[in-house]
Amino acid sequence: MPNPVLQVENLTKRYGDVEAVRGISFQVNEGEVFGLLGPNGAGKTSTVEILEGLRDADGGTVSVCGYDPRTQAGELKHEIGAALQSTALPEKLRVMEALRLFAGFYKRRRNPEDLLKRFGLEEKRNAFYSQLSGGQKQRLALAIALINDPKVVFLDEPTAGLDPQVRREIYDVITELRRDNKTIVLTTHYIEEAERLCDRVAIVDHGKVIVQGTPRELKQASAGKTRIEVRLAREDSRETLSKLEGVTDCLALNGGYALHCQRPPQAIVSLVKHLEAQGNELVSLEIATPSLEDVFIELTGRRLRD
Amino acid sequence: MTNLLSLTRMRVRLALRNKMFFFFSIVMPLGFFFLYSAIFAKGIPTEVQFLLGPVLALNVMGSFWGLSATLVTFREQGILRRFHVTPATATDMLVSSILANYALTLPTVFVEVLLAKFLFHVPSLGNLASLILLVSIGTISFGSLGLVIASVTNTMQETQVLNQLLWLPLIFLSGATIPFTYLSKTVQHIALFLPATYLVHGLKLAIFNNQGPNQLLLSLGSLTTWFLLTLFLSSQLFRWEPEAKIPRKAKLYVAATAIPFLLLGVWEIRYGRVIAEEKVAVQRLDNAEKSERRQKQKEKQDNTDSDQPDDSKDP
Repeated sequence: MPNPVLQVENLTKRYGDVEAVRGISFQVNEGEVFGLLGPNGAGKTSTVEILEGLRDADGGTVSVCGYDPRTQAGELKHEIGAALQSTALPEKLRVMEALRLFAGFYKRRRNPEDLLKRFGLEEKRNAFYSQLSGGQKQRLALAIALINDPKVVFLDEPTAGLDPQVRREIYDVITELRRDNKTIVLTTHYIEEAERLCDRVAIVDHGKVIVQGTPRELKQASAGKTRIEVRLAREDSRETLSKLEGVTDCLALNGGYALHCQRPPQAIVSLVKHLEAQGNELVSLEIATPSLEDVFIELTGRRLRD
Repeated sequence: MTNLLSLTRMRVRLALRNKMFFFFSIVMPLGFFFLYSAIFAKGIPTEVQFLLGPVLALNVMGSFWGLSATLVTFREQGILRRFHVTPATATDMLVSSILANYALTLPTVFVEVLLAKFLFHVPSLGNLASLILLVSIGTISFGSLGLVIASVTNTMQETQVLNQLLWLPLIFLSGATIPFTYLSKTVQHIALFLPATYLVHGLKLAIFNNQGPNQLLLSLGSLTTWFLLTLFLSSQLFRWEPEAKIPRKAKLYVAATAIPFLLLGVWEIRYGRVIAEEKVAVQRLDNAEKSERRQKQKEKQDNTDSDQPDDSKDP
């Protein structure tokens, strides 16, 4: 029987006229890496900040490690760790001082030396925060998030704005945490991150969870279907394109079309023949293997990073 | 308690690594001290003693600058929100700011007092208990003003504008720069509504008139009240998030804080105790200078008298 560490039911949050979260529900079990995947402004950060006790929800019920963040934030904060988005440390604070300072806030704490070693920051122990690179800052943020040996770790867009190499470094760190059986809630707008790191994913759009499950379950919806994205010289009709041989369905996407097909070679041949007959031309063609992006496109008709 | 101490230690450390801190909290106050003691008081011990109160008050009052700027920077850069996700509370943040500010201001005050005593040889430092109490309550209450400024402004620019707007009347009307008795009656009356006036006045009486804490209840009481009010205000208005709005009740609270000083000002204008005491202090300075001058003349005369016979012996 899975043991839910975190339960969210029908969560809502609005800022003035903007409804940021519109009835989000999910639960996260112990030892699970749970991802909230969605475009910027989907309500992921608001949701996570409510769970961390940084913001009050307008409606719904939330339980994190058995605590209600609204009324028991004090107790809750001892049990969670977090790497926030758009945050910083004082420029002239040294790495080791930062770890010691944060360790001092908690009842339960890990040895700062161990974390320094684990996150490869030993050489930087006396460096000022302002002297660290983007990747080092993020590693320090993760080390601080773990300083109280938390039951749940929240990682809000942990690799946003980092270059690909540094991003892979952070993936390795998170994969290691996963091996340690840490419960992690991760928000991201990177498909790769969600697929690679998460046990389960909830896809969030416009303040709602549109679908959730394991990455594999989600991809099964588009299983065996390859996505061909084409741009044409002139517009064509979606219906005609979806009736081509080998094509299962067609969506209009960013001024082009996304064709889902079981047998790509056949679909391409029939597409080219069709265009020739119409006197139309192919401007570009891209073949994508099925990913969570397809799930998102199928459900919203938009790309994740539009 | 540990949170409070760790945060205080961090703030002190960060300040000591900050060049702005060195300039505004050490170089500038000491600059003022030498300007007052060596130039305005011409190094005359009694005058240095007379001006020591205002000079210390300047140092104590100035502490709100750095404090408000640091806290606003912390909020703007998202540093506060990182602390928000830990068990550290708003009270920890506020009180540690005040404690760090106190720990950072006191050494300069101490150095100024030592310089006054051993470099300018002031006749006396007055009542030390009063001096310590006033400097302490002054530092924490003006630190607390810094917290309120940090709470009611949204950006660093706004903070600096408000700091300037407050700083000028604080230093020019309170008697910290222009002696209180030189101000016109109207300006004196305006000054009686400012908490700063009671700090400058209290320090002057403590140092120059050797008054004990029991004689300085007006200054001590008004500054303590002000501290409690500003601390309450800052705890009500504290914001962790850069984009958080100032609560609507803020203006109401700020107005409520002003009420005790409105009453005090009206009462002071009616009974005129501060103005009278300031006049007495100036008179004491005049008398002291006159008697010093007389003493010197007498000494000179004695010297010439005793020189005379020798002169006459000479051919």
